[in-house]
Amino acid sequence: MRVEIVYDALPVAEVMEQIKAGADGAVCVFDGIVRNNTRGRQTLCLDYEAKLPMALTQMEGLAREALQRFAVRDVALLHRLGRLQIGETSVLIVVASAHRGAAFEACRWLIDTLKKQVPIWKKECFVDGAVWADGEPFPAEIALNEV
Amino acid sequence: MQIEVIYCGVLKDLFGCQREEVYLAEDDTVAILLTELRERLTVETKIWNSLAVAVNDEYAGMRKILKDGDEVALLPPVSGGLCAG
Repeated sequence: MRVEIVYDALPVAEVMEQIKAGADGAVCVFDGIVRNNTRGRQTLCLDYEAKLPMALTQMEGLAREALQRFAVRDVALLHRLGRLQIGETSVLIVVASAHRGAAFEACRWLIDTLKKQVPIWKKECFVDGAVWADGEPFPAEIALNEV
Repeated sequence: MQIEVIYCGVLKDLFGCQREEVYLAEDDTVAILLTELRERLTVETKIWNSLAVAVNDEYAGMRKILKDGDEVALLPPVSGGLCAG
């Protein structure tokens, strides 16, 4: 299991190669990259921030849960913080498994769950200013419903 | 008792700082802290309806009783990973 939060370019190819083992039949990669627009508005760059060390602890928890829940052999979950340019990788998820089904499912679950509960935020820089991106609503067990 | 409040994401801009010390009575809860912070903010915002709170880096509910020295982070909906949608 490899879980990291970094401030430099994510080593996509290296993580993909390192994870492979003889028992694997599939390596599923999710490479989340910075898009050049938000709802048609041109984006210049993104600034990512996290609540540390909580974000890393949450990511470790998700990686462990994915190993159990989907019975995959190994998981790598890396997120980059700081200023990212268009096309750069912000999040990298690599899952190695004997069979492809579990690898696809674990990969999908990891990105969907990360986006809802790992405390990371991004600010989008546009030509005419910067705004914090609207996040996804927290899952019921985390949200402060009694407000 | 003294609580350290951490403002994350857009809340940092709304409150104009990243962290501050807040003084509460013994056995006050997260709910009481939020009521107090809400009164300090003069700008109108819908953010209060979508927040989560972490006490000492663990998600916590409104009824959580705070202790002297606790760190309470106010977390807006998260937006890590790739772009929304």
